[in-house]
Amino acid sequence: MTTLVPLLVVGPLLAAALALAARSLGRLRDAITLITLFGVALGALILVLSVNRSGPVVVRLGGWHPELGIVLVADLFAALVLLSATATVLAVEVFSIGQRKTVWAASPDLVGPLLLVLTGGVSLAFLTGDLFTLFVAFELILVSSYVLLTHQGRSGQVRSGMSYVVMNLFASTLFLFGLAFVYASTGTVNMALLSERVPELSSGTQLGLGLWFFVVFGTKAAAFPLFSWLPDSYPTAPTTITAVFAGLLTKVGVYSLIRFHTLTRMDELGPIVLIVAGATMLVGVLGALAQNDVKRILSFHIISQIGYMLMGLGLFTVAGVAGAVLFLVHHIPTKTLLFLVGGMIEDEYGTSDLDKAGGLAARRPILGLLFAIPAMSLAGLPPFSGFVAKLSLIRAGIEAQSTLIVIVALVVSALTLLSMVKIWLGVFWGVDPRDEPTELSSPQARMLMTSATGAAIVGTLLVAVLAGPLWDMSLAAAESLLDPSGYATEVLR
Amino acid sequence: MSGSLIFAIAGLSAVGIYMITGRSLSRIVLGFALLGHASVLALLASGGPAGDPPLADRTTATEVANPVPQALALTAIVISFGLTLFLLALARRQQELTGDDLVEDDVEDRRIASQETP
Repeated sequence: MTTLVPLLVVGPLLAAALALAARSLGRLRDAITLITLFGVALGALILVLSVNRSGPVVVRLGGWHPELGIVLVADLFAALVLLSATATVLAVEVFSIGQRKTVWAASPDLVGPLLLVLTGGVSLAFLTGDLFTLFVAFELILVSSYVLLTHQGRSGQVRSGMSYVVMNLFASTLFLFGLAFVYASTGTVNMALLSERVPELSSGTQLGLGLWFFVVFGTKAAAFPLFSWLPDSYPTAPTTITAVFAGLLTKVGVYSLIRFHTLTRMDELGPIVLIVAGATMLVGVLGALAQNDVKRILSFHIISQIGYMLMGLGLFTVAGVAGAVLFLVHHIPTKTLLFLVGGMIEDEYGTSDLDKAGGLAARRPILGLLFAIPAMSLAGLPPFSGFVAKLSLIRAGIEAQSTLIVIVALVVSALTLLSMVKIWLGVFWGVDPRDEPTELSSPQARMLMTSATGAAIVGTLLVAVLAGPLWDMSLAAAESLLDPSGYATEVLR
Repeated sequence: MSGSLIFAIAGLSAVGIYMITGRSLSRIVLGFALLGHASVLALLASGGPAGDPPLADRTTATEVANPVPQALALTAIVISFGLTLFLLALARRQQELTGDDLVEDDVEDRRIASQETP
């Protein structure tokens, strides 16, 4: 296990270099990308099983003591989210190979290698045991996302890319200042040591650090009121790229929020997190209702769903955090999936504008099914994975007697359903506004895209089927998150 | 932590933040360069009082400066250098496309905001 953990970070980065070197040899490049992504997903699965059976894996890189060196820590929380994320990237890569034959494709010789860099960064962010390496992982993820977003150089992409880069760069600078504050007050950036030293600080310093990092990670996670960069930039990128962003980027922010704020026992921030969570849910879903474009509606839904995860954190109870963990695991594939279907709608009509689409259910019934399942899951209808995740959050809310946030969560669920119905009415029912539908994509390309999406749907259904064991794992993860002394002894031993 | 360092960090942050609130991307790039310097200085200052260079066999453990924040600062400098270049490339591309390098509003947002409510 101690070789597997660093391999999950280094493997994709090495493969990215190889794939870039072989970028003119299409087949070889695709083979490297696919095999590596598959390997990483498989490695994550092995990690989950092993961690679940025999506890967290701690790797000291170079053998240095955590006080000085970098440690990688794979606990249940990290391993679960990593599995969900890497499996999703694999599905997206298959989809992007299919999409190449269409007009909307991203440049194939860049997407594969960049997805690998992104995967390496995501693995590092989930597995790292210190805050500074988390910063480096963020930069790794962001740099590859900047390039993915703007590499085609179209005017919309450059325009929205500018605000995206500026926003994220600002958050990164704040992160650096935060690291300086943490180091100045505790003399370490290692998370295990922080979990021991931060609670000993004066309450004002603790509150300051907690709020500072809430702003930093909240910007990355697109929490209210720091979300406006997201719906502007995501829809302009090619589908595959938007899908990966939707599934992964903001979730790394949420992951870091949960990790940092539980490790440093920021329970006092609970009410503030809950207020932000409620506002994020409401503003996100209301924004979605106002939009008239499939990709923009879905982008606003990312924001509203972030609110649910923050709600789980804000409760600071085992059930709440477990709900947030389960929600993360369910959300990454579901959201990505919806964007992939949105991309297939775009391939069909040449646009994702609701007014210019219609009648798709009759022509492509499979596409209707592919949209309906994740859409209902997102809205939280039984028996899909979203229902399980939302139910656990709402039960945790009732247990913690936070009635207001529970009401907001339920109302937002209903509004989510409403906007999904809006997409359904606009795209799948009604009549096709075009006189003579033209085929924009080849059947072969469609088949690859459909099967990639279909496979990912099976994945989300698995989350629902395996809800029992997953919930047990989430509970175990939440228990160890809320009692960080176990984590600290494990790392410092 | 010396007063001059605090003064430098505060000054650089203030000017940097003022510059990134502008619309022109080249001003924003300069603003980020200043903010980056401020954050690196902050990291350096977080290591405690100044001391001898942290080289093996040249000094004693009590007189050496804390090397950890210096390593962190070095990493941060490299990253911010790369990102500055990327931002400049983006500004160049925007200038090619539109003739200036202004950060513009979200077009679709403007359109929806200007719609009449039914």
